Amino acid sequence: MSERIYVFPLFERFWHWAQAILIMLLLVTGFEVHGTYRLLGFERAVETHTVGAWTLVGLWVFAIFWHFTTGEWRQYIPTLQKVDAMIKYYVYGIFTNAPHPFRLTRLHKHNPLQRLAYLGVMLFIGPLLWFTGWFYLFYEYWAVWGWEPYLSLQWVSFFHVVGAFLMLLFLIVHVYLITTGHTVLSHFKAMITGWEEVD
Amino acid sequence: MIKKSLFMSMKWLFSWVALACTVGFLQGAALASTADHSQFKGLQQDFKSGSAVTKACLECHAKAADEVMASKHWAWEFPDPHSKKMLGKKNVLTSFSLGIQSNNPVCNACHAGYGWKDNSFDFTARENVDCLVCHDTTGSYRKGSGMAGHPPVAGMELPPGSGNVKPVDLKEVAQNVGKSSRDTCGACHFHGGGGDGVKHGDLDSSLAAPEKDVDVHMDALGLDFSCTECHKTTAHQVAGSRYALTAKDAHGALMRGSKDGRNPSTCQACHGNVPHKMARLNRHADKLACQTCHVPQFARGGIATKMTWDWSAAGQMDPDGQPLVTKDAEGRVIYDAKKGRFTYGENRVPDYFWFNGKVSHLTASDKIDPTRPVPLNRFEGVPGDGESRIWPFKVMRAMQPYDKVHLTMLKAHTTGTDEDSYGKSFDWNKAIARGMKEAGHPFSGQFDFVKTEMSWPITHMVAPKEQALNCVACHGTQSRLAGVPGIHLPGHHAHGWLDKLGWGLAGLTLLGVIIHGAGRAFAYRKGARK
Repeated sequence: MSERIYVFPLFERFWHWAQAILIMLLLVTGFEVHGTYRLLGFERAVETHTVGAWTLVGLWVFAIFWHFTTGEWRQYIPTLQKVDAMIKYYVYGIFTNAPHPFRLTRLHKHNPLQRLAYLGVMLFIGPLLWFTGWFYLFYEYWAVWGWEPYLSLQWVSFFHVVGAFLMLLFLIVHVYLITTGHTVLSHFKAMITGWEEVD
Repeated sequence: MIKKSLFMSMKWLFSWVALACTVGFLQGAALASTADHSQFKGLQQDFKSGSAVTKACLECHAKAADEVMASKHWAWEFPDPHSKKMLGKKNVLTSFSLGIQSNNPVCNACHAGYGWKDNSFDFTARENVDCLVCHDTTGSYRKGSGMAGHPPVAGMELPPGSGNVKPVDLKEVAQNVGKSSRDTCGACHFHGGGGDGVKHGDLDSSLAAPEKDVDVHMDALGLDFSCTECHKTTAHQVAGSRYALTAKDAHGALMRGSKDGRNPSTCQACHGNVPHKMARLNRHADKLACQTCHVPQFARGGIATKMTWDWSAAGQMDPDGQPLVTKDAEGRVIYDAKKGRFTYGENRVPDYFWFNGKVSHLTASDKIDPTRPVPLNRFEGVPGDGESRIWPFKVMRAMQPYDKVHLTMLKAHTTGTDEDSYGKSFDWNKAIARGMKEAGHPFSGQFDFVKTEMSWPITHMVAPKEQALNCVACHGTQSRLAGVPGIHLPGHHAHGWLDKLGWGLAGLTLLGVIIHGAGRAFAYRKGARK
């Protein structure tokens, strides 16, 4: 028998999906600006990428505010507890129909691996993309603001691309792992309705 | 009521403005000057020579000849502050002619003087100054090739020995002098290198009355700039020279009356250095010259420019034993037994390199390395020196003679009808010996041909802004700036190994999750069967 828990309030779901769309848009346009393929044309790709980036920045300002006012930031406090069990589960247990080692509750809605991954995205991949992206966006002001001697476009670009690849890797794994819930679609449904099915 | 009267008065205003403009336009030519030269007694005479006209000019414009004599147009010399060499037409080498000294009567048809046919020319005689070549407004003034700068007058033949006499009416020309124009400047500068558009690539007769697409500033139906609008001239000293370019003008627009000695012929002198609404485009200017984006191609006016010139191929005769001349489908001479073989270019994409304002020129006394193409000039500059910008250039490639013993470039006597002239004797030994003798340089008697390269900065033929380069011209896989050092072009410069690593990991990850998923599906079905 399964029960249902309300885990994702409306704002969190909105944040998630808006962010998902923006990140995919930024990946698609970003790799075009990088020269990997031609889709919109360089100029439109740059424009779209810039608008998308600022929109994401705006979204994050709200998300940060939300996380701190609701205390939801605690969901990302990292823990190593049961991490080994989680890895064992994905490597072995998931194929033998073993029970999931993590029991989701309203106060702990992410398993220990999720906590680490999301924290990594928010504290490392995100800021890496943000800061290098801002250096890019404000390239024309480097001289005015005295940044010129410390920055080179080549390295800014390099680390921005590193961040983009890391985000792409996260996206692939993330999209796959949402199929590992109670049923293949239950995590996905939870992010739409807010209600997660648990064992 | 008020609205209606306002409308009526506006209508009146427009009518008056329109009328005033029309009258102004019709009277424009007359209003440009308060003097009518045809009324001057001194000019009401039948001039026998150009010098006679000059003497009449100097009656009033007393200092004019001295001013001209202090200019490059007269001396054909330019003391280069960087290399300390004496440059100028007298001294530099080009691919288009093999030295002026033995070819004076032909080359010096473009000298702003009369009678420079050999070294005996008096550069101090005021009456030798040619006023009309720059100040003619009738379009009928011309100087004949081979006539050492003289216009054809009654009793002269043009070209010499042809029997054709079409004298210039010097009285008519003298009575109609005025400001220099695209036509007068162009009479020489459009035809440098021996023909229309041959030399520069961005200067040819299409600029006499260009369409907007060819040159947005000189557009005959638009801004209609004359050359001196940018090449601001004071006391006959014309600003803006190929020998003293301003590679990076990091200043705002040039204020009238400003005495800071800035070059008034830069783009920035009018447009300032933040001309774009978009800051990112302005930012491009710390690495790019304006011309790099705003002159998308050169030779855009329908007139081809010479791109290569192989002097070593000269000398072929046709089956009748006459010097061979071959033309291409467009009627351009592609082979001339007296000159060699040529190729042309139209709507050409320039070459791009860093330029800091210093140009070094090879002279006939400089040693060369014949094992590689010899640069006849070199535009200096490196990324990041704070002075250089990336400029567009036409690169002219040629094969021309050098001295195998002295390892110097050679000058040759290629024009004229005498026995030493290559065009007559088809003997390089004779032509070179004469050319070097007249230029005052030694010749060992042993010569061969070497590849040369000469760069010509592209700065005219500025296109309307809609036709400036778009981003992808440089920020694409196929980049115009491919290979230019010291720049990072998003969209062109990928990070080779990082891309391979990134896509490799992404592919492996995708493969991993697919295998994992397949494993789960397999385990699930096995479990279901149990």
